[in-house]
Amino acid sequence: MSRNKVVVGHLYPDYLNIYADRGNMAVLERRAAWRGIGFDYRAIGMGDGIVPGEHDLLYVGGGQDREQALVALDLVGKGEAIREAAEAGTAVLAVCGGYQLLGRFYRDRAGVELPGVGVLPLHTVAGEGRMIGDVLLECELVRGERRPLAGFENHAGRTILDDGAEPLGRVVAGFGNDGRSGHEGCRVGRAVGTYLHGPLLPRNAWFADWILAQALAHRLGEPPQLESLPDDLEESAQRVSAARARARGGRR
Amino acid sequence: MRLGLEIAVARAAGRLSRLAGRGGGTTLPGKILATVDPDAVGTLARRLPLGSALLSATNGKTTTAAIVAEILDGRVRLAHNRAGANLVSGVASALLASPDAELGLFEVDEGAFPDVARRVRPHAVCLANLFRDQLDRYGELELIAEHWRDAVGELPEDAWVVANADDPLVADLVRGREAALRFGLDDPRVARERLPHAADSKYCVACGTPYDYAAAYVGHLGDWRCPGCGLARPPLDVWAGAIDLDGLEGASFDLHTPEGKQRVELRLPGLYNVYNAVAAASLALVLGASAAEICAGIGRFRGAFGRFERIRAGDRDVLLLLVKNPAGANEVVRTLVAGGAPRLAVVALNDDIADGRDVSWIWDVDFEPLLDGLERVVATGARAQELALRCKYGGLDPEAIEVVPDLEEALDRGLALTPPGGELVVLPTYTAMLALRRIVAGRGFVRNYWEAAA
Repeated sequence: MSRNKVVVGHLYPDYLNIYADRGNMAVLERRAAWRGIGFDYRAIGMGDGIVPGEHDLLYVGGGQDREQALVALDLVGKGEAIREAAEAGTAVLAVCGGYQLLGRFYRDRAGVELPGVGVLPLHTVAGEGRMIGDVLLECELVRGERRPLAGFENHAGRTILDDGAEPLGRVVAGFGNDGRSGHEGCRVGRAVGTYLHGPLLPRNAWFADWILAQALAHRLGEPPQLESLPDDLEESAQRVSAARARARGGRR
Repeated sequence: MRLGLEIAVARAAGRLSRLAGRGGGTTLPGKILATVDPDAVGTLARRLPLGSALLSATNGKTTTAAIVAEILDGRVRLAHNRAGANLVSGVASALLASPDAELGLFEVDEGAFPDVARRVRPHAVCLANLFRDQLDRYGELELIAEHWRDAVGELPEDAWVVANADDPLVADLVRGREAALRFGLDDPRVARERLPHAADSKYCVACGTPYDYAAAYVGHLGDWRCPGCGLARPPLDVWAGAIDLDGLEGASFDLHTPEGKQRVELRLPGLYNVYNAVAAASLALVLGASAAEICAGIGRFRGAFGRFERIRAGDRDVLLLLVKNPAGANEVVRTLVAGGAPRLAVVALNDDIADGRDVSWIWDVDFEPLLDGLERVVATGARAQELALRCKYGGLDPEAIEVVPDLEEALDRGLALTPPGGELVVLPTYTAMLALRRIVAGRGFVRNYWEAAA
């Protein structure tokens, strides 16, 4: 087994791709390639099985309501394999709709509960009015290292974390999980869910590298120290996005 | 009499807005009128002796309506919001500006369509396409389609609905309707090999199975069929066949109507403009134009401002191509590459409301065929850095990317890199396009759009 590559499983790329999820994939692939790390991309579609331990990273993107409904049942069928993979150290990144689907359940406006995968300790309740706009978070994934994460959110669901669950970050500007808690996203070990798209990774290069390191950790046991890359452009894009969030995030 | 006074106040406000240099003043009179008397739009519209036609779509509204206007030119006097102000206020302004109009021809924003239809009570409606566009403004595509469905259901039985049968979601809105004209394309030679990445509405409206395409033309538009339940593209009433695409110069095709077949020369490039022309032909047909008038009108048409425009800038040309969502941008890229890929481009990304505040859509555009041929790109606009990242992670050498957020500086940089006699390709989003046109107008190269529209 090569130690210097990552196997990435992208769940339902044909269905869940609305907010430029392939941008996230492109960023991971290039940043791996620039460091000589192999990137083995595997689409996981409807009816496809997941072999435990096969993937170093599982990615789930967002879709419109209809597309999400079409995959929801299939995803629940994959639930056990995804939970096993996450418990065995596979990194998980779930964005927007995928974030909701990885929770325990989603309750729609009629009060009907649709089961989720249950990798993340949270549930989502449909709400009145969408929360749309630029967002800025402050994350502390490594104790003592506070880093900004900038993106765009567009969701009607209110996501509520279980007591004691760890959010991805603190909302500096924007709505976040439910518009009230001051928290955004959720993190359990190497699994992360968030509403931030835009896409998330191009303008948050430090976070792209954190995800890449978590995926490598599945192979190596520990996240490696990745060599730094020239990220001036990424950082300037993040500054513009952060300024947008400060100026107009979290407004209806 | 009250309405008369309100109209006078609103018209005066439009003139003041222009005199004050605050842009075109194309919606200000309408905004005032819509505020002082919300029913006025309907009242004014119902005074039109020949009634009104509405046209909505996510892509191609302005161009399609402009082609219809060209076809009807000299035949009827129009009230037409040709500058693209397409909310209720824009329709009101167009009505105010044309007191002697016989027919209303209004492009309408896809989100505003139900409201405008309720007020104006059109006797013909053209629904041309639904692509993902500005989800930050409207929520989801299906939601727009449902609102359209309600609005179509409220139209009188004898009102014509002209619908793009190649768009499964739009075709479904007129399923079973008598007074419907269905248009599309029929020429598999010009189809794409597969659906593009950003294709929408890929799953059957009735049963959720992915559609099979005998031919996919633009985005998810094409000859579709559901292998699950058998629902398929309905028979076409008006269509383009034997399509010849001539790079950036134009296209020609056989226009099939119930009157027969005629060869049409279109001076706009790309398959997406063939769709616009066929949509326009179909709407003109239900408005009473003959096939001969339609072919002549399409042949005369030279482009709506900023959508596809060549502007002479001293000893160089600027080719302005509007990009605003993945489906439209994909077609612009395809057309540009087919016409000989440029080596230099200025790409402008703004994130105002009219552009969409969520810029993630640039990652859904298949820019790669364009990037492959580029030696240099000047990224500009309020979100220039995001564009630069799109190019960088799309595989363009970072050394080939210049970030120049100021639009005027970027235009000058692009012109400086263009040899005399050459042509500079500029791809702006909506507000960037308006700003760039203002800049070139300021240098005397083009007229301001409100002058051209007057």
